[in-house]
Amino acid sequence: MPFVVLGDPNYATSIRIIKKLIDNGASALELGFAFSDPIADGPVIQKANNRALANGITTKKDFEILEEIRRESKVPISIMLSYNLAYKYGLDAFYKKCSALKITAILFPDVPLEESKEAVKHAKKYSIHQVFLVSPTTTPKRMQQLNKVAEGYVYLVSLLGTTGARESINTKLPELIKLVKKEMTLPVYVGFGISTPAQAKNVIALGADGAISGSAFCKIIEENILSKENMVTKIANFCKEMSEAVKGA
Amino acid sequence: MFVPEMMVPALKELANAFEKYKDEEEFKKELNYLLKEFAGRPTPLYFTKNISNELGFRIYLKREDLLHSGAHKINNTLGQGLLAKRMNKKEIIAETGAGQHGVATAITGALLGMPVKVFMGEKDVERQKLNVYRMKLFGAEVVPVTSGSKTLKDAVNEALRYYLTNVETCYYLIGSVVGPHPYPKIVQHFQEIIGKETREQILKKEGKSPTAVVACVGGGSNSIGIFSAFIEDEVKLIGVEAGGNEEKHGKTLGEGSVGIFQGSKSYVLQTKDGQILEAHSISAGLDYPGVGPVHSYLKDSKRAAYGSITDSEALEALAYLSRKEGILPALESAHAVAYVMKNKEKFKKSDIVIICLSGRGDKDVAQLMGGGFLE
Repeated sequence: MPFVVLGDPNYATSIRIIKKLIDNGASALELGFAFSDPIADGPVIQKANNRALANGITTKKDFEILEEIRRESKVPISIMLSYNLAYKYGLDAFYKKCSALKITAILFPDVPLEESKEAVKHAKKYSIHQVFLVSPTTTPKRMQQLNKVAEGYVYLVSLLGTTGARESINTKLPELIKLVKKEMTLPVYVGFGISTPAQAKNVIALGADGAISGSAFCKIIEENILSKENMVTKIANFCKEMSEAVKGA
Repeated sequence: MFVPEMMVPALKELANAFEKYKDEEEFKKELNYLLKEFAGRPTPLYFTKNISNELGFRIYLKREDLLHSGAHKINNTLGQGLLAKRMNKKEIIAETGAGQHGVATAITGALLGMPVKVFMGEKDVERQKLNVYRMKLFGAEVVPVTSGSKTLKDAVNEALRYYLTNVETCYYLIGSVVGPHPYPKIVQHFQEIIGKETREQILKKEGKSPTAVVACVGGGSNSIGIFSAFIEDEVKLIGVEAGGNEEKHGKTLGEGSVGIFQGSKSYVLQTKDGQILEAHSISAGLDYPGVGPVHSYLKDSKRAAYGSITDSEALEALAYLSRKEGILPALESAHAVAYVMKNKEKFKKSDIVIICLSGRGDKDVAQLMGGGFLE
């Protein structure tokens, strides 16, 4: 599942990029709302956030892009955003809007179980899956607690750290996937540090139900900022490679 | 605690360690010894004869500026440093704006034999060169932060990101009553000594409570430290935020709105969408778009009032206190002094006003010289 930031690098190109992802094998999408201070993100996704903001993205425009995508596609869409954006929009209004746009799932990386009551209440009200992070520091007991409130899928953070490409995947990941599978009933999607088709394939082979790759896509946008045509083509090709790697696993 | 899952177990471990040690005799004994013998507590509550005469009421300064390291920050770094040690952490990290918390952390690391990494916005590295050098002298590594506005908020982001990555071995020593739970509570606890001493001292000197207690507010640690002892008393509590210049400021409580920022829910300077705005102040320590949740509570419950002072008013107060009393306040603390000067009409002759002089201005001298302040 690819991740990009809505409005990165700008409104129009972002729509083109997302459509390309859908046309090139992405069975589901994870889309981020740009935030000024994303604490779980490494430098590449921070820059993606900044580009979108510098080009005038707002929460309202994020929703307009989603509307545009929904006109043509029913692809499952998860959105990921810092809690403050939804809080300022008004939680009820936010979930209502997402429901109207047939958003499948919402993940706030800065809302752990302890602060999730309001979010979960609204997610239930509007039939949207509230997704939670599980990490290498999450205890089995906590996984069981999370399993009671989480819906849709588990976003398994593969390593301790921020988002961003890594040379290799965490050596403890196989055990971690096994543990999550044992303690939780939801499908497991692995993210953070998954940036190559080989890594994605490996993660699926280890028993994960999906792999999430964000920084690798954002990096293509960053590196091709001067040529939108190259950018869109490269995104399409990379998405195809990733999708095929996952399917072939 | 509004933080990613990775941090939650570590923050719970910290909360447990804090609850376990804060009232433990051995811990208190060690901390009190260091506060007294190493940092120089208790600090004087000084009656300012000259400015009291001139402004027309009784003004006392709580001299946190006389502490080792030059500011109140060391009360907290010693406390948390001992906590880090007891938790067997291998490394201490900190964020810093003005550099005072960074210096206090570097000193604490040297004292306790722990490596220290200080994250500091590139803009602050530039305007607080002296403190950067001091941190290095104490053996700390200073990491310039180039993201965002390159000031305190970005230093906090980078420290949080580093913490996320090294959460099992590293102790994040936050310098103000901000960040995720349990930090606001921990920092307040270690700063409450300012208020405890002040209350005893004023009762001894004047035989009654002060009319008002005034302190500057960035994140809000020196202010809550001194306010906390007077919350139950009939004492006006006044926090002073950075009024900045015509364009930008740090009036988080004055002009911000409630949001979720850097781990806690509190007032924050933000757009209507919830994007965090860049703050501005001549004093790096007040250049922060967030504020401790306890101040949001004190504001909303109207137990404390919050005003603001501009860059130029703070500079004027710095010069005034230096010339009249022979005391050079930090630019941060000068905001509290300026507030009292500006609002002198509100006080009558018998009133007693205590200003928390949270730090000394030596660190600001290079910046003042660069700005041609005396010319």
